[in-house]
Amino acid sequence: MMRYLAGRLGQAALLLVGVSFVTFVLLFILPADPARQLAGRSATPDTVEAIRAQLGLDRPFHEQYARYLGNLLQGDLGRSYAQKTEVTEVIAARIPPTLLLMAGAIVVELAIGITLGVLAARRPGSRFDHGAMILSFVGVSTPQFVAGILLLYVFSVQLDWFPVGGYGTWKHLVLPALTLGILGAGWYSRMTRSAMLDVLARDFVRTARAKGVSEWRVVLVHALRNAVLPIIAMIGIDIGLFVSGAVIVESVFGWPGVGQLAWQAIQQVDIPIIMGVTLVAAVAIILGNLLADLVAPFVDPRVRLQSPTHR
Amino acid sequence: MKRRALFAALLAASLASPFALAQTPTQGGAIVVTYKDDIVTLDPAIGYDWVNWSMIKSLFSRLVDYKPGTAELVPSLAESYDISKDGLTYTFKLRKGVKFHNGREVVAQDVKYSVERTINPKTESPGAGFFDSIAGVDAFKKGKAKEIKGITVVDPSTVKFTLSRADATFLHAMAINFASIVPKEAVDAAGKDFGKKPVGSGAFMLAEWKLGQQLVFKRNPNYFLEGVPRLDQITFQVGLEPMTAILKLEKGEADFAGDGIPPAKFLQVRNDPKFKDQIIEGGQLQTGYLTMNVQMKPFDKVEVRQAVNMAIDKQRIVKIINNRAVPANQPLPPTMPGYDKSYQGYPYDPAKAKELLKQAGLEKGFKTTLYVYNVDPNPRIAQAIQEDLKKIGIEAQIKALAQANVIAAGGKPKTAPMVWSGGMAWIADFPDPSNFYGPILGCAGAVSGGWNWSWYCNKELDERAAKADALSDPSKSAERFEMWRSIFVDIMKDAPWVPIFNEQRFIMHSKRLGGSEAYFVDPVRIPINYDYIHLTAN
Repeated sequence: MMRYLAGRLGQAALLLVGVSFVTFVLLFILPADPARQLAGRSATPDTVEAIRAQLGLDRPFHEQYARYLGNLLQGDLGRSYAQKTEVTEVIAARIPPTLLLMAGAIVVELAIGITLGVLAARRPGSRFDHGAMILSFVGVSTPQFVAGILLLYVFSVQLDWFPVGGYGTWKHLVLPALTLGILGAGWYSRMTRSAMLDVLARDFVRTARAKGVSEWRVVLVHALRNAVLPIIAMIGIDIGLFVSGAVIVESVFGWPGVGQLAWQAIQQVDIPIIMGVTLVAAVAIILGNLLADLVAPFVDPRVRLQSPTHR
Repeated sequence: MKRRALFAALLAASLASPFALAQTPTQGGAIVVTYKDDIVTLDPAIGYDWVNWSMIKSLFSRLVDYKPGTAELVPSLAESYDISKDGLTYTFKLRKGVKFHNGREVVAQDVKYSVERTINPKTESPGAGFFDSIAGVDAFKKGKAKEIKGITVVDPSTVKFTLSRADATFLHAMAINFASIVPKEAVDAAGKDFGKKPVGSGAFMLAEWKLGQQLVFKRNPNYFLEGVPRLDQITFQVGLEPMTAILKLEKGEADFAGDGIPPAKFLQVRNDPKFKDQIIEGGQLQTGYLTMNVQMKPFDKVEVRQAVNMAIDKQRIVKIINNRAVPANQPLPPTMPGYDKSYQGYPYDPAKAKELLKQAGLEKGFKTTLYVYNVDPNPRIAQAIQEDLKKIGIEAQIKALAQANVIAAGGKPKTAPMVWSGGMAWIADFPDPSNFYGPILGCAGAVSGGWNWSWYCNKELDERAAKADALSDPSKSAERFEMWRSIFVDIMKDAPWVPIFNEQRFIMHSKRLGGSEAYFVDPVRIPINYDYIHLTAN
């Protein structure tokens, strides 16, 4: 186990360096000029040059990257060009809301997705099955903006159950988590349904039924437990996605997550923040997948952890 | 030419103005303001965007300021000022007893420190260029002098600015955010984080800042203008989509939507009688224009540029944006001094435009590229321009890019044949016509990385502009504005731009928010004047 973990973490570190390099290259060849952006419209070319020199942007690529990497290894992500604040501080402020929304969304996804998927798989071809799959299709294809505004309008403006956006109490969390969760549940219900159908047709299920085990026990304990592996892998992916990719839901609900920060930084060509957020997202994706892989053997003992070097 | 103005006079003038207050302003209360973008910084030397502009004005004071709701300059932190006969020396007398939020009195040394700080290249201020007429700035910027010799502290309450050339816009430069007065000890203590820990002497003080979530401004009880600000507290919630902000406002959870009314919601709220008293319309010092790069073929020919001017149906473009603008015919917006009311501009006349192209030897038309910022409504506007150009045989390919990329392309020699300025340029930094010339139409801006995207450089007009700006005697301002008027009319003969429209501002606020309409569409404090709005009594 420890050996496996060490291997995976080593691999992760290499991957992160790779991500930082590729992002740095992309930002370097970007036709927008951060010094120009900072200098403003009244600046003379001299001022722009002075700013470029201060930011070290006049140095050759390898020198800039080596310096960034050097600082990164010491945990220093630099200062934002536009805000002048430490990137770590800016990102750290966004992490708790991001994790909270992620957790809320995944809980909703699982609750709705697995329930629909299991019920649909129980009677494939039934009206319920068709209805559930149409619903999941609608969920998967609805734009987050539309769903978010709709929920806001109904539950906040009309019914007055929740505040219109913002952050702070559990009430603020409900609607954004529902928006992400309902839309994401479509994937989970489809995946659960197909995995369950596969498992329910196996011999051991027939044996269990023949032994007189109650139908619900068959479905929930014998079948679901065996169908859950792909769902766990998907949660791992979702963890990574939600850390970086909830921009739209975050801005509809005024949720102070990492996605919004990234979006604004891109607009401002604020390279240190873009780099920082990219690395955080990469870490989240790596950790999410690692977590899913680590949990899998506990759920399904047939899965064994193998050190990546042995693959 | 001694001028002395005190707050009493200012107050009397504002009561006599057409914007006289409809209701008696109530004192106190708290409001909520929303914005989509996070507040980048509140450092007055750095902040230069729509969101933080008016916030910085409320946190800091400057030697001179504008009469609330107008573009008229009045003394502020300075209680009076003298301008020497030759227009080269400005002596400011500071108001006594004004205190920074940290309790220390504001003295002349702070003025010198603050302006030098903005100009110092180490500060990386986007506003350093506004102070180029002060003597000794060049040497200071290049590191050849430790201080700016043109700024002298005469005594603790007197500061003198010596200019290297007469500059009629100098007082505007002293009123711009970048000339805000900051206490050195607070800047030193906060270092690079001063933008997050601002200390000024303005009407409000920063009380709380939760990164990415909200900021709270509290009333400065020691502010030097009595009865200002009217409100006790303003909470700025950030990260909210404009659509959500309007829903919040409808429900009474917010008082002012900082980003305005989103296009999708505009007609609905505008036509709803329920919101009639909550929407205020006002002009702004903005022009949306199409540049033609005069250094690139075939836009080097004046006939081609004039043809494009006649080919574009501005009225239709205004309709595309729900009539949130008025068609323009010259670079200056209608509320700017120097605007020529009698000038007719180029008429919409595609037939004549075709004829002009024929004269230029291009009767078969040509292919070109139109750069545009990729955020709505700009691509839609670009499409309308594209269709209009097609009618006279010009095939324009649209390049919709991120803002920074369009700005970079516009400022690169011979790169962008046409640029639609929407969403990027040009809103005046200060209410003076010169601000619409130098950076965007003068030779100084027609350089690599500049903002003169038509690369138009007319030496004769540059000389006339310099002459106009040398007329710094305020009693000659009418003459000066006349000079500017003729410059802009002459620019239109060369037609480097197609001026398309002047945006109107539509502000939506909650029922409980009041104050003269002028404070909600303040030409200088964009989007609103936080110091003077107030809660209504009922």
